[in-house]
Amino acid sequence: MSNKEAWGSRVGLILAMAGNAVGLGNFLRFPAQAIQNGGGAFIIPYLVCFVLMGLPLLFVEWGMGRYGGSLGQHSTPFIFGAMDKRKFWKYIGVFGIFTNLAVAAYYCYLESWTLSWAYHSVVGDFMGKSQEEVTGMFTSYIGLGTSEPIVFWIICLLLNTWILSRGLSGGVEIAAKVGMPLLILFGIILAFQGVTLKAGEHGAVNDGTVGLSYLWTPNFDTIWDGKVWLAAAGQIFFTLSLGMGSIHCYASYVKKKDDIALNAMSAGWMNEFVEVVLGSAIIIPIAVGYLGIDKIVEMTSGGSGFSIGFMTLPYLFTQWGDVLSAICGLMWFGLLFFAGITSSLAMGTPVMGFLQDNFGWKRQPAAWAFGAMVLLLGIPCVLDQGAFNEFDYWAGTVALVIFALAEIILFAWVFGMTKGWKEITDGADIKVPIIFKYIITYVTPLFLIIVFAGSLESIWANLTRETSLYENIARALLVATFAAICALVYVAYKKGVKEGRFK
Amino acid sequence: MTNSALAMYLATIITVTIITFYFFWRVLSTPPKKEPDSYVNNDDEPR
Repeated sequence: MSNKEAWGSRVGLILAMAGNAVGLGNFLRFPAQAIQNGGGAFIIPYLVCFVLMGLPLLFVEWGMGRYGGSLGQHSTPFIFGAMDKRKFWKYIGVFGIFTNLAVAAYYCYLESWTLSWAYHSVVGDFMGKSQEEVTGMFTSYIGLGTSEPIVFWIICLLLNTWILSRGLSGGVEIAAKVGMPLLILFGIILAFQGVTLKAGEHGAVNDGTVGLSYLWTPNFDTIWDGKVWLAAAGQIFFTLSLGMGSIHCYASYVKKKDDIALNAMSAGWMNEFVEVVLGSAIIIPIAVGYLGIDKIVEMTSGGSGFSIGFMTLPYLFTQWGDVLSAICGLMWFGLLFFAGITSSLAMGTPVMGFLQDNFGWKRQPAAWAFGAMVLLLGIPCVLDQGAFNEFDYWAGTVALVIFALAEIILFAWVFGMTKGWKEITDGADIKVPIIFKYIITYVTPLFLIIVFAGSLESIWANLTRETSLYENIARALLVATFAAICALVYVAYKKGVKEGRFK
Repeated sequence: MTNSALAMYLATIITVTIITFYFFWRVLSTPPKKEPDSYVNNDDEPR
């Protein structure tokens, strides 16, 4: 087979894995979720969910990935297939390719907005504009008022494809080694700016600490609210990129005798550092500093700080003068771009691994095939916000939970925790507390069942609501993509049996 | 900033930062395993 990929260094692997987890949600979604779910008290269910659901799933996905890699498989259909011989597992594993393709379809477009807004910040296009004008500029941009969004989208796709075509150590790892330190550096500088903002300076009406205080003042009554726990579990789930198949793929290039336990801990906590320490100290302190608490509560009511990040911050940066505005705009959108690209690259590798392992494709055609598929699937997302939201909901939300629930059942209950625990701890450079064995067996599946049950109402509401033409096209495309990958898995399996690779 | 917010904020960011740096330091300070390992940069000969 043509898959001879390998990681260059252990630090590179950890930065790539952390980059996979760190995404736009670390800076835009986490603070908004915290504000809507009890402020500082949100961190308690959030960290409990991290320990009881996030870390166990990280161990499981790293373990499954390394196990599959030792058998020459780097994508979930045949990693699942190797863990249990019943054929349906291969088709459940299809989610690990489907999700990456479908999420990349809209995520690369989102990523291109950050690239474009970084450019506009540097050339000073936001200077002299009112808040309404900046909002109008963004609305016109996503409404395809000009061809610019298409140009930046294509640039972004080409960049992703080119990096992927250079392989793991020569492309993905280098991007992570450059992107992650810069992201953290930009995050620290912007967090410092946010926290030290002073009322009366550059038009600010509040100190930056007012926003920080609002975000972190604990409302302990909310701890007993089930919805807050559901929100915390959801945030942990999305922030760690669990249930996607990308962690399995990255881990599948780690050899049997090498550590995965410490790697998983280090990458997981690095994501938490970016989210909790940096993510909480940028948009809320700056936005509250200028707009006040009531306005920010209203703007985050949907559970996302998206509008603050793209429509409000560029305007607020202009209050700091030409030079600082350009620098901070570049750092803010540069940070979001690095967060985005390190995640979208991780979405490409399972698709490439599948084509390389099972069809003997070389790295470059596999990368370009991924780029072409993302381009085709991305068209409805670019043309219509409703289609974008459909992709985000079904592939970027529902599919993740279904996949994670299936994988934990497979790992803990079908493959078995005796073998599973060995997979996690073999070659480990830390002693993994034995309690995780029981958490993985009982607690994490229960958590996932509750998360899934908690989302059933919204799934039903989404299924039965009236949909537009583009939304229907998006749904049809998602179903067709899933079916096409199932067909490819079937062909690959038959081919593998013929070649003696599968029994 | 209120006292409860400050306490919550400092306790959280200090804990998360210490744990993050601790695990990363463990990664950096752990000697590499005997060849052939998973990483190509430390290979004597290119693969």
